[in-house]
Amino acid sequence: MKIFPIRGGIHPDYRKEQTSEKAIVAMPMPAALYIPLQQHIGAPAEVLVAEGELVKKGQMIARNQGAVSASQHAPTSGRIRTVTEVTAPHPSGLPQSTIILEPDGKDEWADLPEPIADPFAADAHTINERVAQSGIVGMGGAAFPSAIKLNLGEQKKLHTLLLNGAECEPYLTCDDRVMREYPDEIIDGARIMAHALGTPRVVIGIEENKPQAIAIMTKAASAFSNVEVVAVPVQYPMGSERHLVQAITGQETPARKLTADLGIVVHNVSTARAVHDAVRHGRPLVARVVTVSGGAIREPNNVLTPIGAPVADLVKFCGGFAQRPERVVNGGPMMGQPLPSLDVPVVKGTSGILALTAEEINDRPADACIRCGSCVTVCPCGLSPVEMSAFIRKDKLEVAAKLGVMDCFSCGSCSYVCPSHIPLVHYFNYAKGVLNDLERERQKNERIKTLAEVRVIRIEKATEAKRAALAARKPASDSAAPANAGEAKATTEEKANA
Amino acid sequence: MSIATISKSAPYAHGTSSVQKTMFTVLLALTPATLFNLYLFGWPAIMLFTITVGACLAVEAGCLSLAGKPVMATLADCSALLTGWLLAMSLPPWAPWWLGVLGAIFAIAMAKHSFGGIGQNVFNPAMVGRTVLLISFPVAMTTWIVPHPLFSVGAPGFFEALAITFGGHLPDAVSSASALGHIKTELSRHIPVTESIIQTPALMDMLFGYRAGSMGETSAILILAGGLFLMAKRIISWHIPLSVMGGLFVMASIFHYVDPTRFASGTFHLVSGATFLGAFFIATDYVTSPVSERGQLIFGLGCGVLIWLIRNFAGYPEGVAFAVLLMNGLAPIIDQYTRPRAFGRNRKGEPLPLGKERS
Repeated sequence: MKIFPIRGGIHPDYRKEQTSEKAIVAMPMPAALYIPLQQHIGAPAEVLVAEGELVKKGQMIARNQGAVSASQHAPTSGRIRTVTEVTAPHPSGLPQSTIILEPDGKDEWADLPEPIADPFAADAHTINERVAQSGIVGMGGAAFPSAIKLNLGEQKKLHTLLLNGAECEPYLTCDDRVMREYPDEIIDGARIMAHALGTPRVVIGIEENKPQAIAIMTKAASAFSNVEVVAVPVQYPMGSERHLVQAITGQETPARKLTADLGIVVHNVSTARAVHDAVRHGRPLVARVVTVSGGAIREPNNVLTPIGAPVADLVKFCGGFAQRPERVVNGGPMMGQPLPSLDVPVVKGTSGILALTAEEINDRPADACIRCGSCVTVCPCGLSPVEMSAFIRKDKLEVAAKLGVMDCFSCGSCSYVCPSHIPLVHYFNYAKGVLNDLERERQKNERIKTLAEVRVIRIEKATEAKRAALAARKPASDSAAPANAGEAKATTEEKANA
Repeated sequence: MSIATISKSAPYAHGTSSVQKTMFTVLLALTPATLFNLYLFGWPAIMLFTITVGACLAVEAGCLSLAGKPVMATLADCSALLTGWLLAMSLPPWAPWWLGVLGAIFAIAMAKHSFGGIGQNVFNPAMVGRTVLLISFPVAMTTWIVPHPLFSVGAPGFFEALAITFGGHLPDAVSSASALGHIKTELSRHIPVTESIIQTPALMDMLFGYRAGSMGETSAILILAGGLFLMAKRIISWHIPLSVMGGLFVMASIFHYVDPTRFASGTFHLVSGATFLGAFFIATDYVTSPVSERGQLIFGLGCGVLIWLIRNFAGYPEGVAFAVLLMNGLAPIIDQYTRPRAFGRNRKGEPLPLGKERS
């Protein structure tokens, strides 16, 4: 199959060999599990359990609420200790509502929903319902509720389900291992998802640095004529949704559109496996494979971890620290989030826990920019980081916005290559935060303005009505209001109702 | 504005590149040509080179300490060393010591630090230094000598060299015009290029460097080797060198074809003067050239065409420094007009229409 080039990108030191040959192992059940109500993009789930309640494995303990949300399930059987605020696995270190579960050691399953006997005969709604019920989110790291993405088939005409097995972040090997060890489950899950989406074709994109995964997946896919495994070049950030779509189809997703507008929906390979579990066995998402790696970890490994397990326990399971890590990262080194401490839980979007040494991070105080242009060459989004950062340094965020800072998805290629070690992505994240705030503020003001206008109109109308009533009592006077004023008011009212 | 310095965003990985490493690699690429030229022009050249580089480092240190910036750490980035090196290579090898010192002051203090130091200067510091000297001291700056290799018969010894560099006692009858200068002078005497070019060194001599000129002008072949080394190391890309040489070669070839008695050939222009040094080491200066590849092509072409124009129509026989400086001034505006197209947008920054295939 023809592969199309993508712009820019880098070839970082991948260091995947630390864990790529380590088969997935399950960690022992920790003494307590900390299950945040919000592990996903969207609204936090609504708690269904009370302190002291006994729950079984797979039992729903928090229900999704609102349009974008995901439910949470008990990762094992045990007793609910409490629901309280616990430090979130987020760089801010802010607390978040979390269910604390004390495992009873029995690991007993609850009564699970019946498997869907023949998912290919079931309608899309039944499958989506099951995926939503099972609390499945995108497992590549973004943790977007998967059921919503599976609903796209209703709104848009889709032709391809693209399964993302690129795993372009250095160190991470969890998707690689899942593909090698559970190929049939992934492909079954993918076919079920394709059925729900109504896409005739499934393409699985895997970076060439995972030859075993490519071979195993190709073999597993050979039974199905509409499933194809494609090797894509090793080029960070190949795993970015839009770039993977471009590499495989040659199509460039327009700004402010989704890949679904091109007829392509992208899901992670581990998500497909979770869908298989949910549909074929009724099992919700209660555990995930996490790559624990980095120079400071004594025994790097791929660990099947119950959701909510403290990172400290996971690190201990991997032999603890061989040396003091400079930084512990949730996710990959390029786009991961720094962890505020080890006392945070593993969540559904945790693909890796990396304990990195200072040598691995290779950070230095920033020097002056020498305008070498490397950042422009490597930017996969075609932006000019050197210029944007110069404006952001001067707090000229509007200019940075015009130069496209909001199109940056923080892949980190520019920071990686900068010979002056300028923290470019840090500047862009700052600018994006402030610009988002300003935009929200602007929308709020707009809304207030509209409401105020409507109020004025309402009062005017009331006065007019009074006047009309008065005029009706005194038939001699003239009370015709100008017609066009009424029209203008109608449009403003519409705006307010929209 | 507050960017937290306690905790930085990802990436928590970094390539091995650094400013120091980049500058060091450029110096390494210049070394063979420099050593050959120091040998070719002997003790006076060695003295002038040392003085010029030393003066640049001293002026840099002075400016840094005046500005309250860390002196040793910044000197270690090797940028002043490189500027001094390039400046020295653009001077006549037997020029007096004060030319090097004055050039260093103009290059580092005026062209670099008055703009804010490394990364902030608009114009190439070494070329500013050279240009100021050329305009102020045209005779001293154009007194070329034929090569006197070290330890050869007639080459100045150490003490004679002291007299040349510090005493200003240039022995008679050693000076010679550069090839470009010769042709220009002869043209002004109405002697066509076709005749005057016979008296210039053979093309191969020009290429290997056995000719009169500044240190960076001779031994084009070693400069070329250094430039290719920089490309292999990915310090520079092909865009600027190729477009500089392309622009010059195409202009020269067209006009040579039209009137060979008036215009020298493209090949002659490529191997004479500081074409190779300019294309690979001067025009490619990161700070003063555009950042995007398209911008670099435009910049390089501009340099090439301007070099040809100046060599043929301006008062000076050589135009690399002027051409590069003129294009330096345009680099910011070139940058503005040659930004890459953002992903999913057209060149105007509007989202691409749906259903449009790859452009």
